[in-house]
Amino acid sequence: MALPENPNLIELPEIPDPGPDEILGPGHNYATVTDRIAGVVFSPWSRWPGKWWIGAIIAFGFVNLLMLAMYVLFFRGIGVWGVNIPIGWGFAIINFVWWIGIGHAGTLISAILFLLRQDWRTSINRFSEAMTLFAVACAGMFPILHLGRPWLAYWLFPYPNSMWLWPQPRSPLEWDVFAVSTYGTVSLVFWYIGLIPDLASLRDTAPHPWQQKIYGILSLGWRGSAVHWSRYQKAYLLLAGLSTPLVLSVHTIVSFDFAISIIPGWHTTIFPPYFVAGAIYSGFAMVLTLIIPLRSWYNMRDLITLRHIDAASKFMLGTGLIVAYGYAMEAFFAWYSGDKYESFMYWNRMTGPYAVTYWLLILCNITLPQALWSRRVRHNIGLVWVISLIVNVGMWLERFEIVVTSLTRDFVPSSWGTYIPTKWDWATYTGTLGFFMLLIFLFVRMLPSISIFEVREVVHHQSHPKATLAEKQR
Amino acid sequence: MKQSLIPLESLLEAPKKDAPDLQAIREKLASGRGPAFWRTLDEAAETKELQEYVEQEFPGLSGQIPQGVDRRSLLKVMAASLAMAGAAACTKLPKETIVPYVRQPENLIPGLPLFYATAMTSGGYARGVLVESHLNRPTKVEGNPDHPASLGSTTIFEQASVLNLYDPDRSETALHEGEISNWATFTGAFSTEAQDIAARKGEGLAILTGQTTSPTLIYQMTTLQSQYPGAKWYIHEPGVNPAISGAAKKIAGKNAFVAYDFSQADVVVSLDSDFLNNGPAALAYARQFSKKRSVDNGNTPVRLYAIESTPTVSGSIADHRFPVKSSAIPSIAYQLAKACGVNAPDSGAASPVWLNAVAQDLQNSKGQCIVVAGEYQPESVHLAAWAINSALGNVGKTVRLLEGVEADNTHGIEELTGDLNAGKVEVLVILDSNPVYSAPGALNFVSAIRKARLVVRLGQFFDETSRYSHWHVPAAHSLETWSDARAFDGTTTIIQPLIAPLYENKSAHELLSILMAKPDQSAHDIVKGYWQSQLKGGDFDTIWKTSLHDGWIAGKTVNTINAGGTVALPNLQPAIADLEVVFRPDPTIGDGSWANNGWLQELPKPQSKMTWDNTVAISPKDAQRMNVTIGDMLKVIVNGQSATGPAWILPGHAENSVTVYLGYGRTASGKVGTGIGYDAYPIQQVNTPWNAPGTISKTGEHYRLANVQETQTMAGREPVRATDLVEYRKTPNFPTAEEPPLDKATTLYPPWPYEGYKWGMTIDLNVCTGCSACIIACQAENNIAVVGKDQVARGRHMHWIRVDRYYAGNDIDNPEIYNQPVPCMHCEDAPCEVVCPVAATVHSNEGLNEMVYNRCVGTRYCSNNCPYKVRRFNFYLYSDWNTESLRGMRNPDVTVRSRGVMEKCSYCIQRIQESKIQTEKEGRSIRDGEVVTACQQVCPTQAITFGNLNDKGSAVARKQALPRNYGLLDDLNTRPRTTYLGFVRNSNEALSGSTRKS
Amino acid sequence: MPQLFRPSSNTIARLSIVAVILLLGSTLALAYIMDRGPWTTSVRVAPEQPIPFSHKHHVKDDGIDCRYCHTSVETSGFAGLPPTETCMSCHSQIWNNASVTQPIRDSWASGQSIVWTRVHKLPDFVYFNHSIHLNKGIGCSACHGQVSEMPLMYKVNTLNMNWCVNCHRNPAAYIRPKSEIFNVDYVYPANQAELGAKLVKEYHVNSLTDCVTCHR
Repeated sequence: MALPENPNLIELPEIPDPGPDEILGPGHNYATVTDRIAGVVFSPWSRWPGKWWIGAIIAFGFVNLLMLAMYVLFFRGIGVWGVNIPIGWGFAIINFVWWIGIGHAGTLISAILFLLRQDWRTSINRFSEAMTLFAVACAGMFPILHLGRPWLAYWLFPYPNSMWLWPQPRSPLEWDVFAVSTYGTVSLVFWYIGLIPDLASLRDTAPHPWQQKIYGILSLGWRGSAVHWSRYQKAYLLLAGLSTPLVLSVHTIVSFDFAISIIPGWHTTIFPPYFVAGAIYSGFAMVLTLIIPLRSWYNMRDLITLRHIDAASKFMLGTGLIVAYGYAMEAFFAWYSGDKYESFMYWNRMTGPYAVTYWLLILCNITLPQALWSRRVRHNIGLVWVISLIVNVGMWLERFEIVVTSLTRDFVPSSWGTYIPTKWDWATYTGTLGFFMLLIFLFVRMLPSISIFEVREVVHHQSHPKATLAEKQR
Repeated sequence: MKQSLIPLESLLEAPKKDAPDLQAIREKLASGRGPAFWRTLDEAAETKELQEYVEQEFPGLSGQIPQGVDRRSLLKVMAASLAMAGAAACTKLPKETIVPYVRQPENLIPGLPLFYATAMTSGGYARGVLVESHLNRPTKVEGNPDHPASLGSTTIFEQASVLNLYDPDRSETALHEGEISNWATFTGAFSTEAQDIAARKGEGLAILTGQTTSPTLIYQMTTLQSQYPGAKWYIHEPGVNPAISGAAKKIAGKNAFVAYDFSQADVVVSLDSDFLNNGPAALAYARQFSKKRSVDNGNTPVRLYAIESTPTVSGSIADHRFPVKSSAIPSIAYQLAKACGVNAPDSGAASPVWLNAVAQDLQNSKGQCIVVAGEYQPESVHLAAWAINSALGNVGKTVRLLEGVEADNTHGIEELTGDLNAGKVEVLVILDSNPVYSAPGALNFVSAIRKARLVVRLGQFFDETSRYSHWHVPAAHSLETWSDARAFDGTTTIIQPLIAPLYENKSAHELLSILMAKPDQSAHDIVKGYWQSQLKGGDFDTIWKTSLHDGWIAGKTVNTINAGGTVALPNLQPAIADLEVVFRPDPTIGDGSWANNGWLQELPKPQSKMTWDNTVAISPKDAQRMNVTIGDMLKVIVNGQSATGPAWILPGHAENSVTVYLGYGRTASGKVGTGIGYDAYPIQQVNTPWNAPGTISKTGEHYRLANVQETQTMAGREPVRATDLVEYRKTPNFPTAEEPPLDKATTLYPPWPYEGYKWGMTIDLNVCTGCSACIIACQAENNIAVVGKDQVARGRHMHWIRVDRYYAGNDIDNPEIYNQPVPCMHCEDAPCEVVCPVAATVHSNEGLNEMVYNRCVGTRYCSNNCPYKVRRFNFYLYSDWNTESLRGMRNPDVTVRSRGVMEKCSYCIQRIQESKIQTEKEGRSIRDGEVVTACQQVCPTQAITFGNLNDKGSAVARKQALPRNYGLLDDLNTRPRTTYLGFVRNSNEALSGSTRKS
Repeated sequence: MPQLFRPSSNTIARLSIVAVILLLGSTLALAYIMDRGPWTTSVRVAPEQPIPFSHKHHVKDDGIDCRYCHTSVETSGFAGLPPTETCMSCHSQIWNNASVTQPIRDSWASGQSIVWTRVHKLPDFVYFNHSIHLNKGIGCSACHGQVSEMPLMYKVNTLNMNWCVNCHRNPAAYIRPKSEIFNVDYVYPANQAELGAKLVKEYHVNSLTDCVTCHR
């Protein structure tokens, strides 16, 4: 059936999912794609789905909670959190690592899959890039919040000062500063460049002049001329190449925060690969967690199809197995090294005061996701969504296990301790969740959450199979 | 949450229930898998209760934190505005003024401290001290090396007394029936009263003081009593057992003191005595004992048998400990006496298996052994000990009888109560003592004191007794006024003030002279006047000046009494058959007079490592029988009266016996001390104040305790390395024999050549008693903040040096006890340094691990990466920046830390720098022993040695060369500069096994 | 559809790029200047004093030695500030009824100290010791400048950390013979290079750059 042009989003009939083999529903042409995606942005507030309002308001509530938590933190001191001696790092660092991990899917999808010419990335890359940015924004907060004297955070940057002091280059925390800021910047540029043609499309379809103006300015005068396109593609390719290594480097360096230290449970060589795998794991989990509701709210089942979900699930399964391997190796090292601290550390994880978290994370990260081996599970949207949620939880628990449990009992038993998060720990954490969600909601409202022109490319490929083949070979 | 039990393996087998399964522990230990180290019985961290209260976000800190939260909030705002200032890179310097003297004292050089010799008293006896003064502000107390009762060390109390001086809660003006008044008004009123008293020849005048040795005070009192025959002098010293002087008097026939000399003793038997930590001569004893305990260079160390109910500091380094009910000690003493050939009445109790072995050991070293009677044992024990010592020919060698120096022919608190109730007392003058709080409950002193027409109270705080007094007069701190005091051996010190009274504080001398119609006499006039009359011959001013300078008056030591015949031993009461309740002053706040001292409150108590509370100490067996876990509230009932406090399971405590600690449960002591802990005085008895039959029962409630050591398992690690003398002789390098330390070249970096100074420290575990003086000396020297009970419970205490206490061995009911002081190790390859992103902690050319507060941004990574966990973090603004009086107390040479920065032991860098500057100016290098760290200086047993490792002749270098030397966690190749000397137990073969490591 | 933007907007867009860059640059520059300039460091800013005390007059005209007033400078970390007594030792005789010296006489009579405004101020976490610097051949004027030319006292150096470290790394450039310590008009000789090296050896000067040298 041919879709009507300029459809009214709300009254659209339920659009069926074209199934696991199609990355695009039938009957689309260039115009319908634009209308559909732009339509989401330009549909009047009155017609805006109530779910969005509820979600956005709740998220906003949590943002305010975050503000309160920060106020209390800055005025009373880091003591409002559960951290102590020996457990100097708690929720802040857990959340930092967790968010950074989530921030990995975006660049991976847009950059690596782009270079690999995975055509199923097209309709989810924009969204996951946005997610990446917001996750990195959340992550970036924590290293500053967790400082005893956050107002001096700028000392971590090398700048000429009257003390003649530089940061200490041997500290992994210093490497973090550069790794994370680089990653954030590149992701932002990459995302924005990718947006430009679509911003232009929005400019051209915007109902109101003021909208036209805004999108006009944002699209930096894009006219879609052949020159523009060729430059665009060069730039995009370059950025893709640039950000690919970052996907690996960032979490490798984050893992150094632990691997460089001497704490049993931190000091291990396996961290870099298994942190990266874990990051992608949680990244895809978060993508699924978000796009599954999205596609149903906005009737995009024909743009984000079972094919995408299936592919993402496979990615989760794969990276999940690497993570499982990581756990197995940790346990093996603990036993095989014969080091008394190492082996105690692992016994303690499995049987100590925090054993519950350990077994929970095994359940969430390893046991349950194995269900994804089954095609039927992968094609059951509901189940996939639940599993993706579980994995998010599991990956958070993994960071808890690494950061906290290792610190509670290290070398000298007289100074072993306990960590109990306070309400302000939770407030800060849930606050960033709210901040993240709010940004997502605003993004969906104001920008094309699916790359218009890339989907149009897909339409083009579908209508000209030969050309597609040729491009694929290029 | 589950319990994990003693050895690591049992983590898996542990029964999952809240109470620690003591039976399992016992079996596990009995199975004796190597030296199983373990610690407190209830892994508090893992009980629900602790988590619950730690989860409470803002618990009532009032009365637990000396600087209340509210008073700090202003500072927080300031901190935050500072934040803004910091964020804006450039800020204008604030205008600051500088104020010179009008007339500068000639001996005073601004910027250089002065030291004055004076004395502080405990139980009336003097300990000579040197007090550091910056611009006439006393900031730190050190022992006076020339004083026989100090020898350069102090106890925790002298160290903490500085905080009392600047305590913002001290009473500042005289109060008349609660109304603010002043000294002049009081003098007027009291003088008229004095005239009436004079008219009545003192009838109805009662004066209550603490125990005293002050010649001036004794002289004043005697003259007063000669003027007013009717006046009576009562003495109340709640922490001291009158039986000690009572027994000595029986032996000598007059006021006397039994003194020991441990430098000559090969065998020491302690009958429930804490002689290394308690009593007028404790510091001297500790010094002698630790010297004699040396095992190096072929010395044969002294062997100590401790027979005691409650584990004491002395007992913790005993070679053999025998837990025995306190009330059973007398019969043990008699049996021992019999076995040593003393004619003692039959105790009627079966003698324990080990008794003969001990007696034999004593017999083998006649004239070179000591039997020490417990500070809280009845006269019978003291007499028996004396009898044994004389029978073994120790008297004159290791035991001496000295002429007594304390006030004599006085009356007790019971008598005062009687007189009050009989209406014989019209005017009651109370000097310093606090009977309303600390009189045994059975006396019901509160009702008695109401019977006096006029009660005049001289006290530093407006406390319980002041509430019942018509007049309260603020007492002067011993650093504020003139007085004098004598040591156990008679050495007499003039107590001189280092600072004018902060408020309208007066001394006992001044109050008494009002009574004697000389209201205008100052303490200085009185004291100096008295000595002018005493020190005949020679130029008085010279004698006076030298005495003040040296800290003691020449030629005032007392003579030894040659005691003649033996004293007949009285018949004994049988030991308490059922549960006995033992009464002891609290280890850190004493009889309660130190309750408002935050340093002492936060000082972890020896053995239990508890802070901010007193507990009911109970033996593991009893705890198991009653199914008691740590923190369970126990109701202790003695003679109808009851006190309720939290249980603490204390391994090594005698069975069928509990110990309650006096000094807590104050109702009027200031912000810090009021309303914490429970009051045990109400159940204290008059005739048997130190142990009494009683019953205990669980109330069912659970109480939150703040303990600085949560963990019990050692997971097979050996931070403390101990062995037996026999083994030591075979393998002197026992600590490193099994696992030799790593080769110095085991590192990727080229070794740094430490030229010039190379600072290092050694701690001899063999003589460390865990008395914790080092902790509080460090706190006083380095401006370390007090954080309060809640923060301690969260694991945020700030002590730069901590004393870990490990239990070991196969017998949970009578474990080996080890103490291990842990300061910063100043690792040569310090893990903390590489991880700091802003280079706030770095290594100095002399191998010091420097912590630069003002550079720290507070990532706390250094603490995470410190394997010894010696770093401390200012989670809040812990230092009190806004209480005016506390500013005077701070050591000006050490930065007062702000919120959000890391801190840790610096090896007292300020002292190192001072002597470096001094010696550089003199064009020489620092001599060995010239730089002394605070912990080293205070240590009564001199367990801590500090110095330059590059100087091969230095004490520390020689000690680190000993085979017993080892580094904590040396397998990590951090190459710590602080090392330890292994513990060597000199156990008796005849008793082997019972307390030996298997 | 109509044109959204006029052609000029291209130029505006380009300009805005330049503007942003310039703005960032100038902000940083401004911050840097303020951080180093007298507004923050108060170098060469003579603060208000209760008495317009002139080092120029007392040092240059009267030739009074530094140590006459700053008595403890050779022995203590603190150079010492003259008590009113010291002032009175002369001003009871001369200028003994001048209005400028009135505060001295008031102080002497009332026993109330004269409250000066501090000129050379280090943060509380910095422990500077005058005596050791003097004993190692660092003269007064090396830090305090030529006070003999200062009618009112002011700082000539920022006393910032980099300024301290500059000398601590290379004392040879600033050391002088001990005989010249109190010569506030001392000028470093042309051969300071070798003289400095020689004195550094002679006075056993070690360039202490450990943090704990100043921070405790």
